[in-house]
Amino acid sequence: MFAPLTWFLVALSLAAALFAVVLAARDKRINWTLLGMLGVIEVALVAQLVVGIVQLSGTTRDVSGPFFIGYLIGSLIILPVGAFWALAESSRWGAGALAIACVVIPILELRLYDVWTA
Amino acid sequence: MTDPAATKHGPGRILIAVYGVFALAATARAGVQIATKFTDAPIAYLLSAVAAIIYCAATFALAKATKVSRKVATTAIVIELIGVLAIGAFSYAAPDDFPDATVWSHFGQGYGFVPVVLPVLGLLWLRRTR
Repeated sequence: MFAPLTWFLVALSLAAALFAVVLAARDKRINWTLLGMLGVIEVALVAQLVVGIVQLSGTTRDVSGPFFIGYLIGSLIILPVGAFWALAESSRWGAGALAIACVVIPILELRLYDVWTA
Repeated sequence: MTDPAATKHGPGRILIAVYGVFALAATARAGVQIATKFTDAPIAYLLSAVAAIIYCAATFALAKATKVSRKVATTAIVIELIGVLAIGAFSYAAPDDFPDATVWSHFGQGYGFVPVVLPVLGLLWLRRTR
């Protein structure tokens, strides 16, 4: 596990979630700033997948491969689906739904870390 | 409200997002468990698969939000509530039969107890948008 990338993902995802909550609270819809943040997170998640596969193939640790790869791949699906779901809603609740998607990323990263260090 | 589409709008948007997360989590979990170590705890893993199917059905039915799909969603969520309460209670009563947790074990403790709250919110929301 490349810790700085993991913590970067946790921090940026939480920031995006907070931003989405602020938008929802102010009765605003999702904007390009938020979508841009999601884009950066998604790129970092792809990097995390690559780093994860490389490190998994070179480690002597007793890591559960299927779960590890499962979390890595699963994390890529969350934000695109969440953004699609949120954009189809013309009220503040779209931003709220996207906040849920953003919160899932840090949870997955922490689970990933658990699987790696188990 | 008489418009069945109301189910997927407003706060329902967030509810369905949470259901979607659980549908994905339960499906992935059951898939990995069954594919890699089914013989370790077949009953627990089959229950994982049932939970996954229920979450997927509830998610799609809530998101479709037609008159018929609302009935499907209600049925799925009632089964979900019974499932989480029954497996939650059973996993405390007979922990040896659950060597590896399902989504509903210990009332969804591994998932911040969201699994036990979610069906209640789901049924309340279906009632509210009736």
